[in-house]
Amino acid sequence: MRDFSYFRATSAEDARQAALQASAVMLAGGTTLLDLAKCGVAEPEAVIDITHLSGLDGIAVNQEGAVIGTLAKMAAVADHPDIKAWFPAVSESLSLAASAQLRNMATIGGNLLQRTRCAYFRDPLTFPACNKRNPGSGCSALGGVIRNHAVLGVSEQCIASYPGDLAAALVALDAVVDLGQRQVPVDDFFLPYDHAPERETVLQPGEMILGISIPASVAARNSTYLKVRDRQSYEFAAASAAVGLELESDNRTIKDIRVALGGVASKPWRARAVEQALIGKALEEQTVARAARLAMDGAVSYGDNLYKIELAPRVITRAIMKVGGLA
Amino acid sequence: MTIMETRKHGSAADGLVGGRLSRFEGDLKVTGAATYALEYPVDGLAHAVLVQSTIAAGTVVAVDASQALAVPGVLMVLTPEDDLGLMTASDWYGNRPENQPFLPLPREVTYNGQSIAAVVGESREQAIEAAKLVRVIYEEKPGIADIDDAKAGKGKLMDNLSVAWGDAEAAFAAAPVRVEAEYRTPREYHVAMEPHGLTAKWDGDQLTVWEPSQWTHGMQRNYAEWFGLPIENVRMISPFIGGGFGSKGVALPYGAVAAAAARKLGRPVKLAVTRPQNFTSYGGRAATRQTIALGATEDGVLQAIIHRGANETSTYTDYPEQTGAATPILYKVENFSSQSRVVPVNTVTPGALRGPGKNPSAFGIECAMEELAYKLGMDPLELRLKNYADHDYQSGKPWSTRQLREALTQGAEAFGWSRRSHEPRSMRDGRQLVGWGIGCGTFPVLRAPSAAMIRILANGRVEVVSGAIDMGQGTYTILAQTASEALGVPVDQIDVVLGDSRLPGSAIAGGSMLAGSITGAVHKTAAAARDELIGLALNDPNSPLRDTGANTLTVSNGRIASELGQGPALSLPELMAALGRTEIEVVRNTLPEDAQSLTDQNAAWSSMARVQGPTMGDYSMHSWCAHFAEVRVDEDFGTVRVSRIVSAFDCGRLYNPKMVESQWRGGIIMGIGQALFEEGLVDGRNGRTINNNVGDYLVPTNSDIPHIQVISVGVPDHQASALGGKGVGEVGIVGVAPAIANAVFHATGKRVRDLPLTLDKLL
Ligand SMILES: Cc1cc2nc3c(=O)[nH]c(=O)nc-3n(C[C@H](O)[C@H](O)[C@H](O)COP(=O)(O)OP(=O)(O)OC[C@H]3O[C@@H](n4cnc5c(N)ncnc54)[C@H](O)[C@@H]3O)c2cc1C
Ligand code: SF4
Repeated sequence: MRDFSYFRATSAEDARQAALQASAVMLAGGTTLLDLAKCGVAEPEAVIDITHLSGLDGIAVNQEGAVIGTLAKMAAVADHPDIKAWFPAVSESLSLAASAQLRNMATIGGNLLQRTRCAYFRDPLTFPACNKRNPGSGCSALGGVIRNHAVLGVSEQCIASYPGDLAAALVALDAVVDLGQRQVPVDDFFLPYDHAPERETVLQPGEMILGISIPASVAARNSTYLKVRDRQSYEFAAASAAVGLELESDNRTIKDIRVALGGVASKPWRARAVEQALIGKALEEQTVARAARLAMDGAVSYGDNLYKIELAPRVITRAIMKVGGLA
Repeated sequence: MTIMETRKHGSAADGLVGGRLSRFEGDLKVTGAATYALEYPVDGLAHAVLVQSTIAAGTVVAVDASQALAVPGVLMVLTPEDDLGLMTASDWYGNRPENQPFLPLPREVTYNGQSIAAVVGESREQAIEAAKLVRVIYEEKPGIADIDDAKAGKGKLMDNLSVAWGDAEAAFAAAPVRVEAEYRTPREYHVAMEPHGLTAKWDGDQLTVWEPSQWTHGMQRNYAEWFGLPIENVRMISPFIGGGFGSKGVALPYGAVAAAAARKLGRPVKLAVTRPQNFTSYGGRAATRQTIALGATEDGVLQAIIHRGANETSTYTDYPEQTGAATPILYKVENFSSQSRVVPVNTVTPGALRGPGKNPSAFGIECAMEELAYKLGMDPLELRLKNYADHDYQSGKPWSTRQLREALTQGAEAFGWSRRSHEPRSMRDGRQLVGWGIGCGTFPVLRAPSAAMIRILANGRVEVVSGAIDMGQGTYTILAQTASEALGVPVDQIDVVLGDSRLPGSAIAGGSMLAGSITGAVHKTAAAARDELIGLALNDPNSPLRDTGANTLTVSNGRIASELGQGPALSLPELMAALGRTEIEVVRNTLPEDAQSLTDQNAAWSSMARVQGPTMGDYSMHSWCAHFAEVRVDEDFGTVRVSRIVSAFDCGRLYNPKMVESQWRGGIIMGIGQALFEEGLVDGRNGRTINNNVGDYLVPTNSDIPHIQVISVGVPDHQASALGGKGVGEVGIVGVAPAIANAVFHATGKRVRDLPLTLDKLL
């Protein structure tokens, strides 16, 4: 049996101290961690249980925005009436993720830190080469079955996609991760995989997520999360779009727009080129569709995920037309 | 037992045959009181974990178990070095090679995910950790990953599967309207909710195995032959099974490993096959390819069908997934030709998965028929009715019963088919393209003998006892109903005991043959028990009914009395008390008179030797169905949602319509999964199925399943079985995938000929 030490933290400070040990991981809902331990990817020597920390599961919404503690459950955030009212993309991204059982267990911080679903990453005995697990060992996915791998922010180092839904919504809405000593925009919190795939976030040893905050905005209030996949539920996105929209008083000219993508990139992917192309333009399907294609600038497919380059702009377009009330 | 729902079909009371009695064991299952194989508390258990290969082909040069053995709690590591002393068992038909050792942990690796070692530890966690530390040194050989691998070639022709009549080539060449295309289905898996596994325990030379089983007697024999034991020394226990779908009908190599480890250690051993290992410890449905050419006249009369099929198999066994199984019998055609090949690749030998053969076969012919309909500009329903087969053109025999016309017309009526607009892409709902399609299905009636025991106890309760199993299809329930009707005893006085090889033998719960077989045996036994009871009541000196002058008695509602009301009406406990009997036990079977020896009986219950195919007799006997599917395909995303299904079935008489409807719906749900999601993704470099878990191998969720309306159009078929039923379990899935693929074509104008219908193929 693989032994590890177990430490139940009683304060965030405790937890951070303990996390400085070699090969330490935090345990929140455990839905990612246990899975990865079972397939031999996570082999921690120290497990720091943060589920008993008090005051970290709050959900507070006011005019400024929302503040959500890291231990808030996915289900609780998804179903929170103020989150639904003021940040529909966030609520939708969570209720379309995973399954009811998982959403009842899993936390917001753990959700952000979920790992890729790359099958090669998750089968170390059969596929030893994986730059994400073992830097410099190569990438087993190249030349393999990669229908769900990423097309943006990838290189021959790693083509894995970041699978989470919530993070795309947070990136679109300019949310910030609270690390205690520092506050990092979610967009900067995640690193693209193209050079050092083993480094996914800016999180340093001894740091932990305390929560996230999402600034209120008209675009946030008028937002949506559109997730496209073969199976109606309980599947990761083939492509998804988180979109927020504010129109001018003429009710057709785009004043502010936020677009982020899930399921197609190595990190939650803000599509700023699409936003810039649309600000000041009339909300009209052809214009939107043309702009949406800009999201795929620089996209590369190494095989059978080519369809994502076609699919993602269509998802963006539909999502924008939907928040614009036109689809 | 309470009746949960009012009756909707039939005239029988709910507790009798044909009634809508709720599942006998349902409350045990929903309250968690049903004990499944791996839950049996057995003292002193050790835990075995399999180590499987990570290459497609090669030889195990050495296994270094030193690190594994150093893990605390590890008791033993079995490797190809260990002589387990096992002999190869008989095949399904009872044929056994002589003096052939059986190596469940072979040195030759013929597929990725083959078991090559096993670690046994005090705890499962210890064994799992140690299993990761077993170092296997291979001499790797080039492998063939799958049927698409360029090295796979065309495979071998299976001569026994070639079927031909008329001159198909000439008729096709001469036909004014022709279609020809290739259809493909991928590797599919059973993914039963309950994974495989067992606990094996020895007491001297007696072996007890707790393992989910679709066939306790067949697997009992399997274990006995491996270990060189008299068959009665092995006991298979399997009262509840969490789904089998064809995967739990034979003992598998991991079972031999666990039992051999238990014998070596002198301790009971539990082996739970992990979910990823369930993808390679036994075979799923083989990937198939088939080309179908149809020739027709301009007004849609079929002139020729040419079928050329192939499926992948392992390098060590030729397993045919018969893509030509449904092709010859669905339609009237004077010129027919079918050939099938198997293509050896480095995979575990594929196996039977719900609707084997008929399922991929129907995908081919039923898609091809709709392609022909569109080519002709004809309604696909009309084309099917126009070419209705009045008899079986393959065997030349009349159908015993065939209500497929009724299935098509009544299904169409319920679906509203007449409101269809013919042109593809002509129906929509916002951005959803709407399409309708039909798929017909069939499954042969297989007949087999079974035995049963009835025990009438002093307290008036009646036990129905059989080694048959119930994996959710309703054996417990329909046997209670059958015995209730034949005996004249209310169903709530009846207990059913199943799933133990010590009990009377039965047909396998597979090939849709169990219900017809075991109800026949129970009916016969219960009638004999009733006769015995009446005989005792009339003749026993202590019977209060002896001197009443009645020359016969009836048993009704649990009371025995004379028809004319002479003398008392006795309850069973009253009669048993008067007779001074603690029980009356009657055993009968449905084997012929000249096959009642012990050897004949053992062979009948533990092999397929006595199974009769659909045309062994004067008739051709099959179940039939017609599925009508409605889909919505997003015009931008290519996502397919099934929004409505109506299916009409001819399965003869239904012993319990409620149970049957669940089975049909279950088959249809599986068919939706097959149509839209299911596909083993094989890495071409090492032949590994990389989506070997239920997170990545997708089966339908609740939200993928629309309202499913099922209709029975069957009539009792007494050629097919004693009580008039035909099989219901397999046929439900057959024809679903083509109905959906046809609907997707109607919605989009795009013909996708390879399953599953994922969005990337429709973008
Ligand atoms: C079958 C399946 C399907 C799924 N489908 C989806 C889906 O469709 N969409 C989707 O978005 N997600 C999906 N998920 C992922 C799921 O949302 C995540 O597993 C879950 O959100 C993780 O949260 P947790 O609290 O259980 O994290 P844990 O497993 O407890 O932790 C995950 C990681 O984060 C670290 N961690 C946790 N909290 C902190 C903290 N406060 N500070 C620093 N480190 C921390 C842990 O050390 C660990 O490394 C799916 C998961 C499964 C198993
Ligand atoms: S894609 Fe990334 S995670 Fe997957 S095998 Fe390659 S390096 Fe590893």
